[in-house]
Amino acid sequence: MTGVLLAAVKVAVAFGFLMGTVIVLVWAERRIVAFMQNRHGPNRAGPAGILQTAADGLKLFFKESMTPRKAEFALYIAAPVLAVVPALLVFAVIPVGAPITIGGVTYTLQVTDLDVGVLYVLAVSSLGVYAVTLAGWSSGSKYPLLGSVRAAAQMISYEAALGLALVPVIMFTGTTSLAEIVEAQGGTFGGGLPAWNLVLVPSFVIFLIAGFAETNRAPFDLVEAEQEIVGGYHTEYSGMRFAFFFLAEYINVFNMAALTTVFFLGGWHGPRFGPPAVEMALPVVWFLAKTWAIVFLFIWVRATLPRVRYDQLMAFGWKRLIPVSLVWIFLSMVAIGVRRFGLPWA
Amino acid sequence: MSDTPDYVEGDLVAPTLERPEGPAEPPDGAEGTRRLHELWVAGTEEPRWLAAATDEGAQEILPADVDPEVAYEAGAAVVDDYVAEPEPAPDERQIINLGPQHPSTHGVLRLQLELEGETIRRVKPIIGYLHTGMEKTAETLTYLQGGTNVTRMDYLSPFHNELCFSLVTEQLLGVEVPPRAQAIRVLMTELNRVASHLIWVATQGMDVGALSMMLYGWRERERILAFFEKVTGLRMNHNYIRPGGVAADLPDGWEEDVEELLERLPEGIAEYHELLDENPIFLDRTVGVGVITPAECHAYGITGPIARASGIAWDLRKAFPYSGIDRYDFDVPTGRHGDVYDRYLVRMAEMDESLKIVRQVLETMPAGDYRVDDAKVTPPPRKRIDESMEALIHHFKLFTEGFKVPPGEAYQAVESPRGELGMYLVSHGGSKPWRLHVRTPSFAAVQALPVMLTDSLVADLIATLASTDPVLGDVDR
Repeated sequence: MTGVLLAAVKVAVAFGFLMGTVIVLVWAERRIVAFMQNRHGPNRAGPAGILQTAADGLKLFFKESMTPRKAEFALYIAAPVLAVVPALLVFAVIPVGAPITIGGVTYTLQVTDLDVGVLYVLAVSSLGVYAVTLAGWSSGSKYPLLGSVRAAAQMISYEAALGLALVPVIMFTGTTSLAEIVEAQGGTFGGGLPAWNLVLVPSFVIFLIAGFAETNRAPFDLVEAEQEIVGGYHTEYSGMRFAFFFLAEYINVFNMAALTTVFFLGGWHGPRFGPPAVEMALPVVWFLAKTWAIVFLFIWVRATLPRVRYDQLMAFGWKRLIPVSLVWIFLSMVAIGVRRFGLPWA
Repeated sequence: MSDTPDYVEGDLVAPTLERPEGPAEPPDGAEGTRRLHELWVAGTEEPRWLAAATDEGAQEILPADVDPEVAYEAGAAVVDDYVAEPEPAPDERQIINLGPQHPSTHGVLRLQLELEGETIRRVKPIIGYLHTGMEKTAETLTYLQGGTNVTRMDYLSPFHNELCFSLVTEQLLGVEVPPRAQAIRVLMTELNRVASHLIWVATQGMDVGALSMMLYGWRERERILAFFEKVTGLRMNHNYIRPGGVAADLPDGWEEDVEELLERLPEGIAEYHELLDENPIFLDRTVGVGVITPAECHAYGITGPIARASGIAWDLRKAFPYSGIDRYDFDVPTGRHGDVYDRYLVRMAEMDESLKIVRQVLETMPAGDYRVDDAKVTPPPRKRIDESMEALIHHFKLFTEGFKVPPGEAYQAVESPRGELGMYLVSHGGSKPWRLHVRTPSFAAVQALPVMLTDSLVADLIATLASTDPVLGDVDR
């Protein structure tokens, strides 16, 4: 019974944490991009405009949700839900800090730890493509259809690269549980360098690029390229239904940054010092700092780079990322084999 | 211009078609209804199919079973519409309207696209959503008021419109404006060229997805507009260049302002070069996209940066110098490939050249009057009105009736940021134009869009459209 209660509390906390994160994230993105573009950005609602997202959300909540006459109604209203649910589910397996011990009981800062965490992440996050495709198709409109066709091709292609980029990580750490992947990065290499998977540089780069594409962020935001296909798949959505897509997009950005941290940047590992309370809280701080650094990268890239074209996107995914991933998997396989068994002729 | 090299390679692509014999059948359901276009052509020799060509029904892209020659003649299709490949099944294609309300059609251009997946098989620009009859309005305004009208046509290069209108009026009047007025005109138009190109680089960047580029372009343009406001009182639609000179002399301290512009603008432009020139994604999106050949430029009347990017070294400032611009030393940058990237390079280089001209104007600004000393054309100085009865009469006549222009016809073209901006003026001797026709570069650019866009992708369409830099006020007038 306590197990169920504990799980319920964890789910509630995780959900609240994600919602709060999205509010800050949207505000941060708008402010940072604004500063990069010689603008002020939202600065009216609350101190430095931090309540802007809440105000926008409130506005969307009271807006009328219109349905196009040609829409397939059931799918049309199911799509926003399909977008948000997988985004929330991915976060369930992400360890945000070291296990903490209160009153002799140890709690993991993770909703649940799955043995097949990596596969779970890949499986659930690839469900997101259904939301985008169905939203575009069920709107019964032409621009959303173009957007959803783009989305289907893009997300499926980069899903492959994303998965392949994780293979060396799994080989290197020998586990598919996210908590254990983080644990494995705990030590140091000789010379005091933290033993992060960042040493798998090609994997890190491929994962990051595929992550940009997977979350439909610039320069791969052609699914919702405003200048080309107006709003893309969510052109015909309004009110809370639109807000759901918006929510899902930003949760996905945060998830992708968190996963990058977990897989490559050592998760919550970092120097731990001070009195017990501080020492207990520090891992969470490290985790959030690393994650927000990646989030900042997402925002920075958006303010800088132009958008690639559809065919160039596909060519890049299939002709560059995937072959490079495969070669890198082979090389790291050889390297791990040599490390474990020594050179074959030695 | 006998020394103009002939860039046309091969034959022009326009086919020679026989007109269909007799009037074509009117569209279904049109029988018995009186249409506006029929009233227009009543009593003329025009066949009825021509009357129907502008009807709403004819604006649909004609189905494949309609004779393509008729479709071509009726204006529903252009030569480039013919697709060499076998026709796919009709349900593999969809017709989609891009605009008139679309985030990146630069106003209210409507493009009717026939898409096969994301590939554009046919494209048809449809204009007229901003048509306000400005050419007709010009016939009801005196020559002094005319400037307020023409300056609103191409609202991104208002000075060029005013200059063209003033020059064509002066041609008929036979007045020669003093050197200082000419230099001021060159100063303002060349700064205007930079401002217009800044808007273009801003929107070009934005349309390929580099959102920050838009704000950066605006930032530099803002400096120029602040200078314009100081000189003319307005940021746009200035009515500053008028027949006979300019409205007022440059304000005190203009040298420092221009000096600061000449210092700051190159800094901004250098930033754009840094951001875009070698950006691999920008190169992917622009190199080889939206190509137009020199022959096609000639066939479609393309001038300005688009033609120069194709390799046609044609600039009216060199070919038919006006307003004393031949006194200044500048180059005409040309490209070779005629694609979006060459247009980018050409316009960026043109900004440098324009700033070069501005620098020379600053250094050699002649002293003297800023308008012609002809009481019949320009109003007397305020002081003279108090002293002289004659000056008062002139002032009164000038602002009530306006000055009269001798009968005749004249054509004047200037090199606007978009190409050849020409005005053809017919005067019957009154104080208002009898007819003013404007030849605008954007119109030619929009009609050539099918050449550049057929068989490209939707994303290329946006990049190409931005690179042609159309101003819809200029297209529709």
